[in-house]
Amino acid sequence: MPIEIPKDKWPGSIKAITIGATAAEGGTRARSVIVGGQTTMPYLQYEAPTPNKPVIAIEIRSRKPEDWSALLVEAWGAAMTDPAQWAHKAEEAGADIIVLTLSVEDSVEDAVRVVKSVLGATGLPLAVWGPGQAEKDNELLVPVSEATKGEKILLGICEDKNYRTIVATAMANSHLVQSRAPMDVNLSKQLNILISDMGMPKDRIIMDPTTGALGYGIEYGYSVMERLRLAALQGDVMTQFPMLVTPGFEAWKTKEAKVGEGVPEAWGDWKNRSINWETLTAMSLVESGADIIVLRHPESVKRIKEAIEELMMA
Amino acid sequence: MALSGIQIYKMLPQTNCKECGFPTCLAFAMKLAAKQVELGSCPYVSEASKKQLAESAAPPIRLITLKANGTEVKVGNEVVMFRHEKTFYNKPGLFLRVKASDPDLAKKVATADAYKVNYVGMDFTLDGFAIEADGDLVAAVKAVRDVTKRPLMLIGNDAALLDSSLSLLAGEGTLIYAADAERSNYEALTDVAKKHKAALVVKADSLDALADLTQKVQAKGVEDMVLDLGGKNLGEWLTRSTQARKLALKSNFKPLGYPTIFFAAQNGLDKEAVYAAQAISKYAGFVVLDTFAPEMIYPLLVLRENIYTDPQKPIQVQPGIYEINSPKPDSPVLVTTNFSITYFSVANEVEGSGLPAWLLVTDAEGMSVLTAWAAGKFDAERIAKAVKGFDVASKVSKKRIVLPGHVAVLSGELEEELAGWEIRVGPREAVDLPAFMKQVLN
Repeated sequence: MPIEIPKDKWPGSIKAITIGATAAEGGTRARSVIVGGQTTMPYLQYEAPTPNKPVIAIEIRSRKPEDWSALLVEAWGAAMTDPAQWAHKAEEAGADIIVLTLSVEDSVEDAVRVVKSVLGATGLPLAVWGPGQAEKDNELLVPVSEATKGEKILLGICEDKNYRTIVATAMANSHLVQSRAPMDVNLSKQLNILISDMGMPKDRIIMDPTTGALGYGIEYGYSVMERLRLAALQGDVMTQFPMLVTPGFEAWKTKEAKVGEGVPEAWGDWKNRSINWETLTAMSLVESGADIIVLRHPESVKRIKEAIEELMMA
Repeated sequence: MALSGIQIYKMLPQTNCKECGFPTCLAFAMKLAAKQVELGSCPYVSEASKKQLAESAAPPIRLITLKANGTEVKVGNEVVMFRHEKTFYNKPGLFLRVKASDPDLAKKVATADAYKVNYVGMDFTLDGFAIEADGDLVAAVKAVRDVTKRPLMLIGNDAALLDSSLSLLAGEGTLIYAADAERSNYEALTDVAKKHKAALVVKADSLDALADLTQKVQAKGVEDMVLDLGGKNLGEWLTRSTQARKLALKSNFKPLGYPTIFFAAQNGLDKEAVYAAQAISKYAGFVVLDTFAPEMIYPLLVLRENIYTDPQKPIQVQPGIYEINSPKPDSPVLVTTNFSITYFSVANEVEGSGLPAWLLVTDAEGMSVLTAWAAGKFDAERIAKAVKGFDVASKVSKKRIVLPGHVAVLSGELEEELAGWEIRVGPREAVDLPAFMKQVLN
């Protein structure tokens, strides 16, 4: 008895967005990446093909971070003191995109210099995030954006409390912006509306719904992502953007990942537990529709890339 | 899928005899549709109607209960595709597979049985054990039952061997794996399942073949089934489990209206954790692990809890003033919100440091510090109200309170609300509290 499989057919779709520009496209990247473009819920290829598989970003810093888990320091080693080396090593570890976060101690000259050196060290598309304080973000991102005009860099992080300056410079210099809202469908839409009302083309906006780590709020982000994706497919234009998630940042700040001594025996081996913490956070968000997954440990990169390959096989 | 009043009416005698207590059969049908009355109130409804009405009231995905010695594992009875539509109700059972031929069988099961890990005030354990009949299954069941009381799954193809083994587990609710479309074994295994009132896994490599087989098993008198959907990789498994779930929920397709089972190590131990993670988010009723590794089991248990949490009911702790490490009047006062993850993050850090503190927990309707602050549920007024309401001043000699770093902006206002109190700003992350308490507060 052949069963009639119920298939959804949606009126809306996710925008397919390109990050990074090759020489032909006005930049210097060896390749660009395209994310998004889906016409159905994640990986249901029996309903519609998945046009672009999600990409893995590896997070590096302009200065060696002092508060990262010792396990990450062990994984990246001396490269952490030189962003160009770090970017190169990240590319070797399988990154599709490099995310470079600037530091609050960086001067404008430092920031421009480090971005240029990373662009020189890797042919991968780039995302550049400010240190996370509004005034400093704007101070550093504007000159960086101007110095790299045409490279189609993803600039971040735009939030409702600070987005205008970053959006304006992205518009003027052919870059993209990352639009972050705190795990709320309506706040995501609102910020996307504000950004596009400024004149930002919709094919240069990436949504960041905010990520919670496993055990520390993962399900809030997970469900917001499913709701955003469903809204997009139902035709809500202001949710039809690819999504970026940060399991690396969130998982590696947990006690489970940072602390190896004086923790319950039931937590098991520190290194594998930490990698599992990042990997399982990431895997769940892959299922809820993440298009750009920002990770820190090379082993997590390997496992998630393999998982994505398998999801694309159906 | 629930029937409407009109649909139910068509199945009633339609005599308006009033013996049910209602003036007409239609009135009774409406009450029945609203679940305000039992069908038994009508003395004249036909057997055929009774059966049809019972079926339509049955959950789209059958509830399967495994039980043994006072412990139970309940899976199934789900009603939505996405947790945000309502919630996922019954967490998948997490089982560890062991082999009958393993000389260390008893020791392994004993260790795994004793495993317990705490997460936000709840203790989590594994749910049961699956015994692979690659050796003397009867002896293995005996050995396993000696060291665990948890429900069991028996994996084997020899009906006689399964029969003998199940006789040792009389009165329990065990799961048999599996009636396999490829092996033409369903008749013998269904008989064994029926005899021992065991649940039966039904396995086939296509949904069509699976639906045929579940109907055959049901016709032979076994209703408690679990589905092995087959599939070779994450993509195939996602497709099949989504299709089966949608067929059960949206098409009311009964032959696939059962929970599913997934073996996480089927493509190697290096993929086990990631495979299990997909299974947990994507509808599995049973997840079977081959590896007992706390560093994998702890995160999987947490993931299961997170995905199956009711989105409408964030876990909360009772607001109040909590004592950590026997605080004295000169111990510091910390304030935070009553979201469980927040509370336990803070409490665990302070507890682990050995430093004494008073922890004031405000009623923030179960929201984290930042969320509550953004929603106006954690502000200077509410903190001051909690300080006064829980009479913190009477417990301390030094009127000083530490705000979470994320709401540093509240310090000015809080100073005004709490006249005579010193307001300090603590770290943003709980993990930095011990250092802060040692270095900054003294």
